[in-house]
Parts: sequence; structure tokens; C-alpha cells
Amino acid sequence: MKALAARRHDRRAPALLLLLALLLVGAVYAVVAPSSAQAATKTATADDIAAGEKLFQANCSTCHGPSAAGTDSAPSLIGVGAAAVDFQVGTGRMPMQMSGPQAQAKPVQFTDEQIAQLAAYVASLGAGPSIPTSEMVDPALGDSASGMALFRTNCAMCHNAIGAGGALSQGKFAPNLWGTTPTHLYEAMLTGPQSMPVFNDANLTPEEKRDIIAFIDEQGNGSPGGLDLGSLGPVSEGLWAWVVGLGLLLGLSVWIGAKSS
Amino acid sequence: MSTPHDSHQELSVSGGQAQPPARFENPGLHEHKPRQADVDPRVTKRVERQVLLLLTLSILGTIAVVWAYFALPPGDTVGSMRLSNLVLGVGLAVCLLGIGIGGNYYIKLLMSNREYVEERHEIRSSDETREIAVQMLKDGGEDSGLTRRGAIIGAGVTALALFPLSLLVPLIGNVGEDWNVRKFKHTIWKKGTRLATDPTGRPIKASDVTIGDVWHVIPESLEDLHEGKLDEKAKAVVLLVRLDPRDLKSDQSPEGETWSHDGIVAYSKICTHVGCPVALYEQQTHHLLCPCHQSTFDVADSCKVVFGPAKRPLPQLPITVDDEGYLVAQGDFAEPIGPSFWERATK
Amino acid sequence: MSDLKTAPSRGAKAAGATADYLDQRTGVGNAVKFFARKVFPDHWSFFLGEIALYSFVTLLISGVFLTLFFVPSMAETHYEGPWPSMNGVEMSEAFSSTLRLSFEVRGGLLMRQIHHWAALIFMASIVVHMFRVFFTGAFRKPREINWVVGFVLLILGLAAGFSGYSLPDDVLSGNGLRITDGVVKAIPIIGSYLSYFIFGGEFPGTDLIPRLFTVHILLVPGLILALIGLHLFLMVMHKHTQYPGSGRSNTNVVGYPALPAYAGKLLFNFFVVFGVIALMAGTMSINPVWNYGPYDPSPVSAGAQPDWYMLFLEGSLRLMPGGTEIMLGSYTLSLNVIIPAMIVPGILFTLLGAYPFIEAFATGDKSEHHVLDRPRNRPFRTAFGVSLLVAFGILVLAGSNDLIATHFHMSINDITWAFRVLIFVGPWLAFLITKRICLGLQRKDRELVLHGHETGRIVRYASGEYIEVHKPLDAHERWLRVQHEAIRPLEIEPAEDSRGVRRKGYKADRLRQRLSQLFYEDRVEPVTPAELAAAHAAHGHHDDHAVETPHGVPAQVGAGAPASETAADERNH
Repeated sequence: MKALAARRHDRRAPALLLLLALLLVGAVYAVVAPSSAQAATKTATADDIAAGEKLFQANCSTCHGPSAAGTDSAPSLIGVGAAAVDFQVGTGRMPMQMSGPQAQAKPVQFTDEQIAQLAAYVASLGAGPSIPTSEMVDPALGDSASGMALFRTNCAMCHNAIGAGGALSQGKFAPNLWGTTPTHLYEAMLTGPQSMPVFNDANLTPEEKRDIIAFIDEQGNGSPGGLDLGSLGPVSEGLWAWVVGLGLLLGLSVWIGAKSS
Repeated sequence: MSTPHDSHQELSVSGGQAQPPARFENPGLHEHKPRQADVDPRVTKRVERQVLLLLTLSILGTIAVVWAYFALPPGDTVGSMRLSNLVLGVGLAVCLLGIGIGGNYYIKLLMSNREYVEERHEIRSSDETREIAVQMLKDGGEDSGLTRRGAIIGAGVTALALFPLSLLVPLIGNVGEDWNVRKFKHTIWKKGTRLATDPTGRPIKASDVTIGDVWHVIPESLEDLHEGKLDEKAKAVVLLVRLDPRDLKSDQSPEGETWSHDGIVAYSKICTHVGCPVALYEQQTHHLLCPCHQSTFDVADSCKVVFGPAKRPLPQLPITVDDEGYLVAQGDFAEPIGPSFWERATK
Repeated sequence: MSDLKTAPSRGAKAAGATADYLDQRTGVGNAVKFFARKVFPDHWSFFLGEIALYSFVTLLISGVFLTLFFVPSMAETHYEGPWPSMNGVEMSEAFSSTLRLSFEVRGGLLMRQIHHWAALIFMASIVVHMFRVFFTGAFRKPREINWVVGFVLLILGLAAGFSGYSLPDDVLSGNGLRITDGVVKAIPIIGSYLSYFIFGGEFPGTDLIPRLFTVHILLVPGLILALIGLHLFLMVMHKHTQYPGSGRSNTNVVGYPALPAYAGKLLFNFFVVFGVIALMAGTMSINPVWNYGPYDPSPVSAGAQPDWYMLFLEGSLRLMPGGTEIMLGSYTLSLNVIIPAMIVPGILFTLLGAYPFIEAFATGDKSEHHVLDRPRNRPFRTAFGVSLLVAFGILVLAGSNDLIATHFHMSINDITWAFRVLIFVGPWLAFLITKRICLGLQRKDRELVLHGHETGRIVRYASGEYIEVHKPLDAHERWLRVQHEAIRPLEIEPAEDSRGVRRKGYKADRLRQRLSQLFYEDRVEPVTPAELAAAHAAHGHHDDHAVETPHGVPAQVGAGAPASETAADERNH
């Protein structure tokens, strides 16, 4: 403590304090922001919808058409609901930077407020799935054992056994799920972005979706056996067996076999 | 820049004057060179200390393993399991590598490294030995008296050749259960069996299936089975998809029958290649991809193969709806599901 | 034994008494006399087989631990334990006991991981050891039988790995078994019955895990142990091969005596191998079956692949286009499965297993060989081995095409097409390139022997000419580069004898000659003393670039042979 006290008069102390304060603000913002976004959708005002329409015309209408009815290059957004917008825009997939096998996640282009406004606008065009509440996606409330059973039947074939991702045909792929927020996971299941099929509430009930989120959330703890090697299965294990195991053994063999000087 | 052959021959001839041998001769073993540790006592001391250090590390490694066994149980969390495994594993590795590397280091630097030469002998036995051996065999044959008794030899060989049958017939007879390979051709789908979700077993209403969905389906009757549940599930699993009727180019319904319901089609999930569950449904292209060998089937077009090692389309399960609006099978698959086998297409 | 000398006298007495007791009852003295100072050549590549041996010992040790906790049963049970996502899940006893072994038995997870890593290392070291033997020609007479024993060990290793991989009864290995079932069913006529034979009825049944358990812990390891015994017995009986070098010949063995150095290394290498495997097991997760879940025929996960040593089969299956399934009347012949799963590996493995006999036939050589070849000196063999490895490697990569697709952002369909072409072109190209490299290296050897090392020292003669001084090789350096025999294609008797009668067996001889030409047509002969003398004489005059035309090129060798190319080789001073 004495050392700390002495440092208080350090010239760098204000800068450090500022940094801490910034971090704190950031952390608080991170906690508060998603729920405020949901609040916005729940109580979408006419202003929000109007602002969303402006954003839509400026950023999305080139592909999706001025009335969001779709064009040859992009689907109609009427009836896709706020959940689809929150997922596509909130993960940076939309607006698409370039055409390719599939839209990829990238840095988000809009603020949470703007996303909420866009979502409000698209939701106003036709009834569609809305953004789930934080309770609906809380991993702590889910049952991971049920989630595991559902995940391996419905998701693992594309996303790998615990969500590390996998290949689809023609350069498309199912992304890794570990960094995706619970809300986005839920929205993806509900709206079936791009190649992914839809899992409506009759197919996977909201509770089952939450169970799946709980299972994915558990994967953040890593593997009890040590480094998880990407959790990609036997191919990566084989690669490491050759590189690390045989590499070490051959190195040691050369050392043992070499004549010492 | 090349020299014609004749000039070379000249050279060889002129080189031949001193009559060099046809081949080079083996110069014999290298001279034995002492190592630093052989001549420098300081190096020797250093190596001794290093070996001692490695062996001490090994002892500490063993102690660490025993300590970790008691002090670090795997516990209930991933972190505690990983820590237990890590300390036990690294401790064991230190214990073993300390001995292994220390020992080898000692041998390399301090043990005599003088090379020895040992003569080889031809592997084959000498002619003399061979003759004796042949004679012994002859004598043995003579003593047995069998050479004169062809019938006994014949009967003996036959008896020996047949004997394994007495073990193999019961063995092979039993291991294949009832050998009824016709079971490959049937599943538990029957007329009126409801389609239910896998693994939760909820019956599926046609109205719940929306365009772009994919449903992993089991027969509702699977729950009632007590024995051979997995065997039946292995054949009966189905994938259910609803397409915009405009996208549905064709399905496998024969003339005069309708196997789909309002754009809803159900296909066997078992690949016709070698039997993996074909489960990757790409909603936009309506393609089904097998993650094992990448056979790709087009759901919108009778599940025909569009890529990969499978030949045949996935068999379609004829479906309809019952009075309560639940999806039900019209009957079993029209052909055997899963990988090809020799009798697949026979009656 | 060595502490006999240094031990205090009381200890020495006790040791002496024990030795006497044993010797009177077992004659162990003879064995000690035979083995104690037996000479073993030393080279790092001779440890490769030891790595395989010791990873097998590691497998036995960890395997015994595992059998005490593993329950080989497919009976249904419900898991209760510390792993949350498995709680209350219905599963087989085999899977549940694997979970218990991993999470609740102290050190159980470590042992499982040691066992699995050791299996991967076992197969990897067998392959590396085998190709060391292949490329150095250690399989030649009298060691052909030992090559076959080693080859059978490789196959048994595959069987051991495959049967063990499937034991935990998880989804990943279960889908592997399902693929096996599909492959077995594709066998014409008996396929369906063979499937029943293996699974005790329909797939998956309830018999398989107990059956695989017996295969995995009794039958296969028993056979492996017996064959390892035979392998080592033959190795000792033949005396180990040695690399070419000064003082080493076909009639001697140069190396260290069994006691103490060789036996010491033999002992300590076990600790090294086990130690490295333990290090891997402590730090890197392997086969986390709880991620895959208990076997159920419906799910499958992306990245559905077998362990690396079976990946070539997976790749082979992935590459084959499906159109090749045909109907014979009302019977189905699945060539789209039979070719990749049986015929292609059959060809690759037969070539590998039979190679010593093919080479002996082409060489027509009946003498014993104990000095190893430098791979460059046998261009055909080296190129052949590399092309086998390339074929195998392409299949392994094809078996990983989905991971290549995701990691390098490529289309899985394009990758598959690329490999479909490469599987034909790759081995062929690898063969041609390797052979060229070998011939080039041999020419470089000739160059060195004839002209010595470049010193970088430029000297100007009175005449104004500049030359670079070359330092001649000493006798040891030279010997390594000239000791080998350049084998020439076989010559055969003409088809007709002096009276114009066609002789019997000409066709077989002609085939043999063709094969022999394929093997040995292209070659570079080692430098002879006469050539060296000529080169030195030429250097004296330093007036000429090409004095290195090989000596003794037989007349029957065609003009296209590199023997004459060597003459055309340009060379700098």
C-alpha cells in the first residue's frame, strides 16, 4: 500500500486514472447498451421509424430496393422482423462490403441506436420476429445438457460439435460461434440468416433456444485436457502429434545420435 | 563445352599407365578423437553437475505428481480438471525426461565412445550343416514310417484341414445374430406414423413448418420401442424441409401419387454413399451436404446428387397430414435407405 | 551390471552369488556373453523404430490403467457427474465410464490422453521408421522377411488404432463405424453378411463395443507383441545395418557395444519417448468425447474425420465421383465405394509391402547387403518412395478438405476437384522431380570427388589465367561418395539360340529386363581412381572443362542415359 501511496504523486497518475475511468465507462456501457437497444425496439416511436427509414434509404436501398421489397441482388425485407436486422447489422454482416459466397461478420457499421432505428423501420414494414429480451437469452437460465442434445442434432453438422465452425459447399461456411453474443445467437436461430435454415419456435421452443445458448456459453471455459487445439477434431490432433510429438522426438533423436565434441 | 568421347578415352588410357585400381579402397576407421569431457576435467565436472541436476529434477517431478494426486483433485470445474491434468502430466514428463535426457547426456559425454568392429557372418548355414539337416529330416521321415503310408497322410491332412470348421461354424453361425439381411430394406415407418422432432419427440403440425425451416425428424413410434431403438433410429431418421412450392422442381412421387404436402418434403437423412447422416441444409440453395464425404443433394429436385461420391438420390418418405393437422407417413420408404449393398435392388 | 565392479565388496559378493545361482539354473552366462559386447551401429535414424517400440510400451502401460475403469458395454445408463452438459443424458455404459474415467478418476484424463497421443505417435513413428528403412534400402537381402513383419505390424497398428478409437462409443467414432458399415456393405455378394458378422446383426446393435474391446486389448496387441518379438529377434540375428562410411563394409559392424552405451540408450530412450508423450498429454487436449456426446445415429458434427492414420481412406472416399456405382442386373456394385476404400489403398499398400521383392527381381541381385544406400544413389527407389508418400499425402489432405476450405477461405468443391487431378498428376511429378534431384546430387558428388571443395581463393597464373583453387577431398570424405555400386540394367540372353530356335522363358526374361531398365537405365557411376587421376592430370594443365566423363559406361546403355549427360555437364573452375 505504501508503494501505491508513493505512486499517487507520480506524474503519470492522472493519465492512469483517466484510463481507468474510460475503462469503467466502457464496461458500464457494454452492460447497459444491449438492454437500452431492446428498450428502443419495444417502445419504437414514430421518430425511430422515421430515422430508421432515412438510414435505410441511405445505406440499404441500393440492394434491397427503395421500399425494401427486394431486388435481383438482395431479398425483400418485408416481414423479416427486427431480429433479422439486429443480427445482420449488429454483427456487421450488413451492409455487405462486396458480393461473395456469403456475407461475413465484420466491424459493425452503425451505432446501437442506429441499429435499433433500422430494426424499428423494418419491423414496421410487416410482422416478423422481434429482438429477444435479455431473459430469453440468459445462459444462466438455460439447461446445457438439453442444449447439448439439441445442438448436436440441429447445429453440430455445420458449426462443429461445440461451435468451432465448419465448411459448407462452394466456399460458404458456418462460422465459429464462441464470440457471438447470446442475443445474436438467438436471432440467428430465429431468422435463419443466409445459408442457415430457420428454427422457428415450434421447431426449437424459446426455452430450447436458451438451452442451446447455455451450451455454447459453457464452451468458453476451454477444455479440461489442456489446450483445445481449435476443437477441430482428429485432423488438428494429428497435425499436432506430428509437429509437436514427432518433432520433439526427432529432435531429441538427432541430439542423442549426434557425436559430441 | 563438352569434350568428345575419344579424347576422354585417351585420357583414361594415359591415366591407366600407373595402373590405378578399378575401385577406391575403404580408408578404414576414422581416428578416435577424444571429447572435451575426456580431456578437460572442468568440462567433466560441469557435465556431472548437469546430469545430477536432471536426475534431481526427475525426483522432484515424481514428488510433484504424488503431491498433485492428493492436493489437486479434478474437482467440478473445467479449470480444476485442467489444472489437475496439467500438473500430473507435466510432473510425469519432468520425472521421465529427467531420467531419459540425463541418462542419454551421461552416455553421450561421459561414457566411453570408442567404436568397435565386429565381423559379420553369412546368414545361411554352411553346406555341411545343410547336408546334416537334410539327412536328419530324411531320417525323421523314415522313422515316422509315414512315407510308406500314403492313405494315412491323406487322411491326416484332410482331418487337419477340416478341424478348424468345428470351431469356425459355431463361431460364424453365432456372431451374425439371425443373418436376416432383408432387415436392411425396411424401417419402422408405417402408414399413419406421426413425424416427431429429434430428439424431443414432439409430433409436428404441418402448419408449424415454415419456408426455410429444417426439421430433424424421428418416427413418433420410436419412443415405444424397448429393444433395438438405435438400430431402428439408424434407419428411420428423416429430414423435413418446406420449400416455396414454386422452388420445388420435382420430388420422387410416382405418377398419380403425392408424397409431399404443400411444399413440405421429407427425405431420409442417411447418405446413400456410406451412411453418414446428411444433415447440412443450405436454406438458400436447397442443397443438402454430407459432412463426411461432401455428397451434395438437391432437395428442390428429388434430392438428386449434384456433387460428391454418392450415386443415388436420398429416398423420399411419402408424407401427408392426419385429421388433427399432424404430419404422418403414408408408409415406409419405397426403397432401402442408406448405403448401397449387393441385394439392395432385388425383390 | 556395470556396478558389479564398483560396488563394495559385500555387494559384489551378493551379486556374484545371485549371478551364480541364476547361471546354474538358466545358463544366463551364455546370453550375457553373447549380448554384452555385441556391437550396434549408431545413428539417429536408428532410434525411429525405438520410438515406435516405446510408444507401444507406453500404450500398454496406459492401456492397462484404462481397462481397469472402462466398461465395454452398450447397455443404456444415465450419466450423473461433474460434467454439466452430460447430466442426466442417456448413454451407453462405455461412454459413461469414459466420462467417469476422464472427470472423476484422478489422473484418468491424463492416462486417456497419454494413451491417445501415444497411439498417434506410434503410427507416425512406424511410418517414419518404415520409410527410413525404405529409402536406405535396409529391406534388401537378408532382411526382406523382416520388412514383411514390419509391414504386418503397420497394418496391425491401424487395426489397433481403429478398434480403440471406437471404444468410447461417442458420436464421432460412431459415425466412423457407420462409414465402415457402409464400406463393408459395398463388398459384392458377401457385403451384407459381413456387416451382420461384424455388428452382430444390424448396425449399430449392442455387440460391437464388447467385440472391439476384445480385439483391441487382446487379439491385436497380442499379435503386435509377438511380431515385435520376431522383428527384434531378426534384427539381432541379422546384426543391424550400418550407414556407409570409413571402415564400414558388408562384412563388419562398426558401432558401440551393447554394454554399456547401447543398452543405456535403449533404456533411457524409453523415458524420453514416454516423457514427451506425457508432456503432450498434460498440456494438449485430445479426443474430448464429451464434446461429441454419446453415440446416436442421427447427429453428426462438422470435422467428422478419423485419426490421422485413417485419413487417407477418408480422403480417398471423398475424391471418388459417385457416377461409378453400377447395376449388374438387379445387383448393385458400388464401385464408388469399392475403388476408393479397397482398390486404391490395396494398390498403395501392396506396392509398399511387395517392394523389396519387386526390386530384387529387377536387380537380379542375390547377395547380402548390410551397408545402407544413400537415397541419392538409388534414384528409382527414392523417387518411387517419394511418389508413394505424395499419393498418401494427397489423400490425407483430401480427407481434410473441409478444414482446408475454412482455414484458407476456399471452396470445398474446388479443392476436391484439384485433388481429383492431383492424385494422378502429383505422384508422377514427384517421381520425376525426385529422380532428377537424386541424379543431380550424384553428379554433385562426382564433381566434389573429382575437383574438390571450392575454396574461394582465386590464383592468377603467370600466363594471366585465373583459376579458383580447389581443395581435394580427404580419403574419408571421398570414400562416402565413391563407395556405392552403380547397378546396371540386366542383360539377357538373346531370344534365339545359335540355331535360330526361340528359347523358352525369353518372355519372362524380357519383362525382367524391361523392369530392370526402368530401375537402372538412368544412373551416374561413382568416380574411379583412374578418373580421379585423369582429373588431376587435367587440373595440372587447367586447360579443359570436361574431364569427368564417367568411366566404364557399358556399350548397351543408350545415348539418352545421364551417364553421357554427365559428360556434357558444364562446370566452372
